[in-house]
Amino acid sequence: MKKTIITVVGRDTVGIIAKVCTYLANNRINIEDISQTILQGYFNMMMIVDASQSAKPFGDVVEELDQIGEEIGVKIRCQHEDIFNKMHRI
Amino acid sequence: MINRFEVDETNKMIEQEKLDVRTVTMGISLLDCIDSQLDKVNEKVYKKITSYAKDLVDVGHEIEVKYGIPIVNKRISVTPIALVGSAACKTAEDFVTLARTLDLAAKEVKVNFIGGYTALVSKGMTQAEELLIRSIPQALACTDRVCSSVNVGSTKTGINMDAVKLMGEVIRETALATRERDSLGCAKLVVFCNAPDDNPFMAGAFHGVTEADAIINVGVSGPGVVKTALEEVRGQNFEVLCETIKKTAFKVTRVGQLVAQEASQRLGVPFGIVDLSLAPTPAVGDSVAEILEEIGLESVGAPGTTAALALLNDQVKKGGVMASSYVGGLSGAFIPVSEDQGMIDAVNRGALSIEKLEAMTCVCSVGLDMIAIPGDTTPDTLSGIIADEAAIGMINQKTTAVRLIPAIGKKAGDTVEFGGLLGYAPVMPVNPYSCAKFVSRGGRIPAPIHSFKN
Repeated sequence: MKKTIITVVGRDTVGIIAKVCTYLANNRINIEDISQTILQGYFNMMMIVDASQSAKPFGDVVEELDQIGEEIGVKIRCQHEDIFNKMHRI
Repeated sequence: MINRFEVDETNKMIEQEKLDVRTVTMGISLLDCIDSQLDKVNEKVYKKITSYAKDLVDVGHEIEVKYGIPIVNKRISVTPIALVGSAACKTAEDFVTLARTLDLAAKEVKVNFIGGYTALVSKGMTQAEELLIRSIPQALACTDRVCSSVNVGSTKTGINMDAVKLMGEVIRETALATRERDSLGCAKLVVFCNAPDDNPFMAGAFHGVTEADAIINVGVSGPGVVKTALEEVRGQNFEVLCETIKKTAFKVTRVGQLVAQEASQRLGVPFGIVDLSLAPTPAVGDSVAEILEEIGLESVGAPGTTAALALLNDQVKKGGVMASSYVGGLSGAFIPVSEDQGMIDAVNRGALSIEKLEAMTCVCSVGLDMIAIPGDTTPDTLSGIIADEAAIGMINQKTTAVRLIPAIGKKAGDTVEFGGLLGYAPVMPVNPYSCAKFVSRGGRIPAPIHSFKN
């Protein structure tokens, strides 16, 4: 099953993970892997998720996550994994 | 397993280094639209384009969202109109009706350019081809999105000097016909030698007669990505330099391949080629000139420029070829002046001349591109420049092209504005001595010998 990669980058604040995870849970998007770190006050997270059970079109998820990001002052990107697989694997 | 560094690297390329897919171009054959009645040709052309390409822009947008990669342009190329209209068009005005139809179809499916208002006359011109060429100034003046190209020579046929002479006049007339808009018409007109059938880039894209009914060709970009990668290896030797360019070109091209395959599958149209070009834009940091300067030149145009460009072009191809199953089109670094801030700066500081640009075109795609020249440049001089460039292509078995803009009412040192991706350009001086007797001889330059290479 093809995965989706969600990246969150921006100034650290309380509740970033909670906000993103709540949204994913509400839309039946399952988180399979999270790695997260804070570097010089900057929050940087990558999630590998399975969006195959989500009823929402992919474009809507991308847009809504982008909006959530704007609300909490971080940049949230949601991309199909193949762009990374293709670019970094032969 | 995907790791964070790779994800961050890719996203940094997209966000900060302006990595994008420059164009997804659908090639559509119009050979089955040929008819002896002009109305019918127009009707069939409009119907075929608007039905084949109706989902092109939407599909392009869906792919952008899915992978988070911008696809800057969605475009269409069609069979050379000189062939499509040959049975029906008896006058230049008849051909202009086809240009209008292409323009309407492009607007209907919301693509920003449609290429293929083209004549392939590398050896001789039919009556219809000559009519089409003579109609170009009017066609480009009364349409917004139509792009035109004329192939005047090839390695196999030599150079059709009658067509070269005619094109000097046509470029001048196109500049006059669009003088209100800084001679913008000339930005949509390319004169080729060895034109490829599958080029996705405007203004020279057309759908060659060797192609299938419809096809998806993709042009990648990424000067900013190469420039940033080279900043990391500043001062290191040529081996490291070349390896870095190759690796970067591989990554950039893989994105193009991914987008091409996905677009092809979603549209139900076969995948044609990925064009491995480094295509700059006027945006800061999206410049081929800046790459050359990062390689070690104080300014583009300095001695060493041609060698640096040759190296860059070759490494981009070496890296890109393995990343895509089919490579074609122009595939090389573009060196337009108006579309590259680094080139504009080099011209403004007096470091770069047309003669140096001509030398650079010997080692890269595609030719003298988007160069504004004084408005009083004679048609004969334009023909002479075209002949020089075509000769480089013919002898070196490569594609070369000329896209010059005689800026009417302006002289060397002035500036012309085109806006958007076409950018702006300083008007560059042209050698004032005449070649009128040379270009007026008539006939053609014979095909070159393919042995005794020196």
